[in-house]
Amino acid sequence: MSELFAGIELEPFLLSFKLAGVTTLILFVTALPLAWYLSQTRSKLKPFLEAVTALPIVLPPSVLGFYILWALSYNSPVGAFFEETFGIKLVFNFTGLVIASCFYSLPFMVQPMQSGFESLNQNMLDASYVCGRSRWMTLLKVALPNIKPALMTAIIVTFAHTVGEFGVVLMVGGSIPGETKVASVAIYEMVEIMDYRSAHIYSGMMLILSFLVLLGVYIFNRKHNKKLGGFQ
Amino acid sequence: MIAIDICKTLYGSMGEMELNVDLQINEGEFIALAGESGSGKTTLLRIIAGLEKARGTLKVGDEIWMDAKHALPPQKRKIGFVFQDYALFPNMTVLQNLLFVQKDHALAAQLLEMTGLDELRDRLPATLSGGQKQRVSLCRAMMNRPGILLMDEPLSALDPAMRTKLQQEILTLHKNFGTTTIMVSHDPSEIYRLAGRVVMLDHGRIIQDDTPKKVLLKTSGSQKFSFEGELLDIVQVDIIMVAIVSIGQQLVEVVISPEEAASLHIGERVTLSTKAFAPILSNR
Repeated sequence: MSELFAGIELEPFLLSFKLAGVTTLILFVTALPLAWYLSQTRSKLKPFLEAVTALPIVLPPSVLGFYILWALSYNSPVGAFFEETFGIKLVFNFTGLVIASCFYSLPFMVQPMQSGFESLNQNMLDASYVCGRSRWMTLLKVALPNIKPALMTAIIVTFAHTVGEFGVVLMVGGSIPGETKVASVAIYEMVEIMDYRSAHIYSGMMLILSFLVLLGVYIFNRKHNKKLGGFQ
Repeated sequence: MIAIDICKTLYGSMGEMELNVDLQINEGEFIALAGESGSGKTTLLRIIAGLEKARGTLKVGDEIWMDAKHALPPQKRKIGFVFQDYALFPNMTVLQNLLFVQKDHALAAQLLEMTGLDELRDRLPATLSGGQKQRVSLCRAMMNRPGILLMDEPLSALDPAMRTKLQQEILTLHKNFGTTTIMVSHDPSEIYRLAGRVVMLDHGRIIQDDTPKKVLLKTSGSQKFSFEGELLDIVQVDIIMVAIVSIGQQLVEVVISPEEAASLHIGERVTLSTKAFAPILSNR
């Protein structure tokens, strides 16, 4: 066993999971209010916001990566501002990867949350308002506990999707070992230098991990739905 | 005194409709809102609760709940609302559903006792029957000691025996808490048993506003037995024609002439009447 993994570096894997973890955490907090707003609003702005949120699904990663790269680089006002004011460079480092991933994975967090909120019985939310509870309290105490499967899906899919990210990461981060060289980029390089043994091991590990994660989600959702007897 | 004078354009299955209601309700009254579906009953209830916007004014006592400039949010109206589909919080136990409104343990215990839910206090809603769920919903609505209790067809999903039981409980709560109650209902016997006044809506307008006896008893005064029903079928038996009419839960056969048969259409509402000078009422 140890022979098989000899010479295999785990760093790209750890980096992938670190990136996915940080991205998921940031997106969970920021996407929650957005998804709640989208599910409750009757504003004419809604289709516009929904379209913007869904853009990363349809855009080629290279296009998204290019725009993010440009926006974060010194050539754009945003990049220039950060570098001059805080002395932070936003491209070709881990911070840049996190920012890019947040854009890239946004729809995968927002959409399951939003459809979870939309599936809630509106009368139940109204009952909470009539009971004297604010929108914020209703979100925390009534809406969130009743969309646990959707939240679980949102978190896991966002995490998995960020782990599986390739194009945007390559554009914004390049391939700096220990900084921006994540597992998917590492596999790409292994194939390029025809190191098929390492590519096999890496790819196999990714495959198994991804499958286990998804299996976990579906088992959790099944158990949860049984417990609450489905939604009312 | 609740003074309602509101106006709202509704877009329903039958196209655009203007809901236009001008209604005064005295404190402590029990009002039944009746009318065909789509006549605006639920919307009126939701406007009173503050869950829906409308034009016009809504005054409760000295407080203005809604006028041209502002509307009091539902959170501040201190009302109770019972939904047709119960709308309980599935993640909370029976007791937690009640305490969510207010941390008044004594009141919660009293309400659960009154409605016989005491032993179910730690159960989740998914494990309760329809009647039990609606009881919880009723108790929850009473938890902020509401001045106004609004109920949207609260009993329509329950079987007749359970309805009768819950009607009694609704009446007890209405009296004990001194609430002004407005209930949407289609069931004449339920309205008669509970309400002191019936407001009948049709296409967004009030077409009748009187005591249940005046509104519901269609034959009062005349010495006539009269029932409304639906004509289900007309069949020829030998040389006579027989109409089959559905009245309430019963089917009735009536002999009619061929001329009558020609003027009637299957599926239409019909009145079945007969002169009855001494009707006999006996126990079953």
